[in-house]
Amino acid sequence: MLAATIAGSAALAATAAQAQGKSLTLCWAAWDPANALVELSKDFTAKTNIAMKFEFVPWPNFADRMLNELNSKGKLCDLIIGDSQWIGGSAENKHYVKLNDFFAKEGIKIDDFMPATVTGYAEWPKNTPNYWALPAMGDALGWTYRKDWFSRPELQAEFKAKYNRELAAPKSQTELKQIAEFFQGRDIDGKKVYGAAIFTERGSEGITMGVANALYPFGFKYEDPKKPYAMAGFVNSDDAVKGLEFYKSLYKCCTPPGYSNAYMQEGLDAFKSGQAALQMNWFAFFPGLYKDPNVGGDRIGFFVNPPEKQKGSQLGGQGLSVVAYSPNQAEALSYVKWFASLDVQKKWWELGGYTCHKGVLNDPGFAKSAPFAADFLVAMGQVVDFWAEPSYAQLMQAEQARIHDYVVAEKGTAKQALDLLIQDWTKVFKEDGKF
Amino acid sequence: MRAAYPPIAQRVRGLSDKAIAWIFIAPTMILLLAINLFPLIWTIQLSFTNYRANRPNAPLRNVGLDHYQTILSDPEIWQRMQATAHFVFWTILLQTVIGFALAYLIDRKFRGHGFWTTLILIPMMLSPAVVGNFWTFLYQPQIGLFNYVVSFFTGLAPSSFQMLGDVTLSPWAIIIVDTWMWTPYVMLICLAGLRSIPDYIYEAAEVDRASNWRQFISITLPMCLPFIMLAVLFRGIENFKMFDMVNLLTSGGPGSTTELASITLKRAAFEAWRTGYSSAFAIILFVAVFGLANIYVKALNKVKAR
Repeated sequence: MLAATIAGSAALAATAAQAQGKSLTLCWAAWDPANALVELSKDFTAKTNIAMKFEFVPWPNFADRMLNELNSKGKLCDLIIGDSQWIGGSAENKHYVKLNDFFAKEGIKIDDFMPATVTGYAEWPKNTPNYWALPAMGDALGWTYRKDWFSRPELQAEFKAKYNRELAAPKSQTELKQIAEFFQGRDIDGKKVYGAAIFTERGSEGITMGVANALYPFGFKYEDPKKPYAMAGFVNSDDAVKGLEFYKSLYKCCTPPGYSNAYMQEGLDAFKSGQAALQMNWFAFFPGLYKDPNVGGDRIGFFVNPPEKQKGSQLGGQGLSVVAYSPNQAEALSYVKWFASLDVQKKWWELGGYTCHKGVLNDPGFAKSAPFAADFLVAMGQVVDFWAEPSYAQLMQAEQARIHDYVVAEKGTAKQALDLLIQDWTKVFKEDGKF
Repeated sequence: MRAAYPPIAQRVRGLSDKAIAWIFIAPTMILLLAINLFPLIWTIQLSFTNYRANRPNAPLRNVGLDHYQTILSDPEIWQRMQATAHFVFWTILLQTVIGFALAYLIDRKFRGHGFWTTLILIPMMLSPAVVGNFWTFLYQPQIGLFNYVVSFFTGLAPSSFQMLGDVTLSPWAIIIVDTWMWTPYVMLICLAGLRSIPDYIYEAAEVDRASNWRQFISITLPMCLPFIMLAVLFRGIENFKMFDMVNLLTSGGPGSTTELASITLKRAAFEAWRTGYSSAFAIILFVAVFGLANIYVKALNKVKAR
C-alpha cells in the first residue's frame, strides 16, 4: 500500500515537472456537483502544476453542445464527463480513448467501482470488459418529501383516518400517489400546496426519465433478456401499460398547475418554494436541497423510488472520459489516475459529488455520512438505464414524443403509446442493422 | 451645366467599364456563392445518401429518393406541416390586420404619437429567446399575468387553464406571442405605405366629396396593398421557419401539438444526427417556401403594376 502510494506520488511529481504551463479543460453540465469538482480539482493542480479549466453547459443544452463538439472532432475538451447514454456512440465513433491498457498499466482496478456504475457509465458493448470511462458521478432518480409537513399531528391523524396507515415515506407507488393526492390542493400555513413535482419535460429527456421511475417498478423492460432488441411483450406488457397509466394519473391528480413541461429545475423550484409535498429528482441535487435554508435540514426527508411489482430506479450519472481529439491526452490520463484514487474519491463525496468507489461506499460509516447516503446506496442497487446504443438520441426522441402525447396531450391510450414506441424503436434498430 | 466625365475605362488603362464593374461585384458574388449556393448543392447531394454527421467513418451509401419518399409518406410529417401552416396563417392574418390598424392610427399625427410608436416597436427589438422566457412566465397559471388578465375578464380561475400545457390552447399561445412580437414590424411597413400616398390624392377626393370610408377603400387600401403584401411575404417566410421562440415556449408540446416543421428538422439534424434524411427534409421545405414565395412575388408585381 505504502509502495503504491510512493509510486503514485513519484509519478504525479514527474508529471508535475513536465506540466509547467499546461492546462486541461474538463467539460460537464452546469450543476451543483460541477462546482464541487472545481473545488476538488484544485488539489490536482497543486500536485501537478496542470491548471484546470472548466466548460460547464446548462443541462437542457448539454447533450447538443457536447455531442456537437465530439462529432466535429473539436479540441475544446480534454476530459469530458459524458452522460451514460452517450457511451455507445462515443465508443463506436472513437470519440473517447479506450482505457483498458491505461487501467492495466496504472493499476486502476475497475472492480473497485460499483458494478452498476461500471456497466452504466464505462462499458461498451454492455457487459463486456471494454472501458471507455471511469465511473465519476453516481446518480439515480429518487424522491424528497416535506418531513415537517409529514410530522404535523393533525395531518398524521387525518391521513391515518383516511388510509389506515402512518403518514410516512411511501413503500409502494400506490402509497406514493395516495400521499400526493392527500396533499394536493391542501392549505398549509395559509398557502395552497400540491402533491408531487414530477418530470414532464418534452424537449430533451425529461419525461422519459420521469416515467421510467413508474414503468420499471410496474414491470417494464426494454427488451427480452434472452433475445436482444425483441421488445414486444416487454415494452408494452400489461404491467408496463399499468405503469404508464399510473404516471399519467399522477400527473393529472397531483402536480402543481402549469406543470406540463417540467424537468429538474422546475422540480427544484416547486419544492424550494414550498409548493410540493413530494419531489422526484436526481440524487445529485440532494446535498444542495439539504443545505437549503427554507426547505432543508429537518424539514426535508429522502426516499428511494418505491417498488410496486418490483424494484427499479432510473439511472443517471456520468463517467469521466478522455477525449480522443485532445492534444493533452497524457495530462488528461494523469487526471483520471488522480481522480481514481481512494483519497480523492473520499474528498469527492465530502464535497458533494457522488462517488462510485466501493472503498468509500462500503465504508461502515458511509450510510450515516449524509441523510441521503443510505438511500443512494439502495437506489444504485436497483438502477435501470435507458438504451445506451449509438442511436440513443433517436430512441429518446421517440419515447419523449409518445409518452408526452399520452400523458400530457391525452392522445390515445397507454397501450397505443407503447405499441407505437415499439414501432419507432424497431425502425431505428432496423436502420442500425440490428435485425 | 454638368461636367462630362470620360468613361472610367479610359482612365484605367486596359480595362473596360464592364470589367471594372465585375471587379467590384466579384467579391460579393463569390461570397454569396460560398455561403448560399455551395451549402445548397451539398445539402442536395447529402439528401440522396445515408450520411450521418456523427458517424463520418461509416460507409456512405446512395439511397436515391428514399428519404424524400419516407418524408412525404410520413403522416407525422404532414401533421407537423399542418401545425406550421396553422401557425403561419393565423400569425400573418392577425399581424396584418392589427399592424395595419396600428399604422393607420399612428399615421394620424396626434399628440405623443412618437412616444407611442417607440413603445409599440419595443417587442420586435427583443431577442426571441428573451421573449420566449418572458412569456413562459406570463403564461404560468399560478403567477402569470396573462392568466390573471383572462381571469379578470372571464371570471375563470387563473390556475384553471394552462396556455402552454393544453392541446387546444397551446397553438394559440404561440400565435399570441408571435403576434405581440412582430405586429410592430408589419406596422412599420404599412406606415411607410401610408406615408407614401401623396396628400393631393386625398385633397382631390375631398373636392369630390368622397366619404372617409370611400377614401379608405378607394385610395388608402389599394395604394398600401403592395406594402401590405410585402409585409405578408416577409412574415410568411420568417414564420415558416420559426424555431427559437416556439422551442422555448413549448418545445413542440404538449405532445407534438406545436411541433413545427423547423423543430422536427432541427431534432432530426442535430439531435438524432440523421444528416441525409434531414437534408432531404430541408430541401422539401426550401422548395415549398421558394415555390410559394415565387408565386406570391408574381402576384405582388401585378398589384404594383396596377
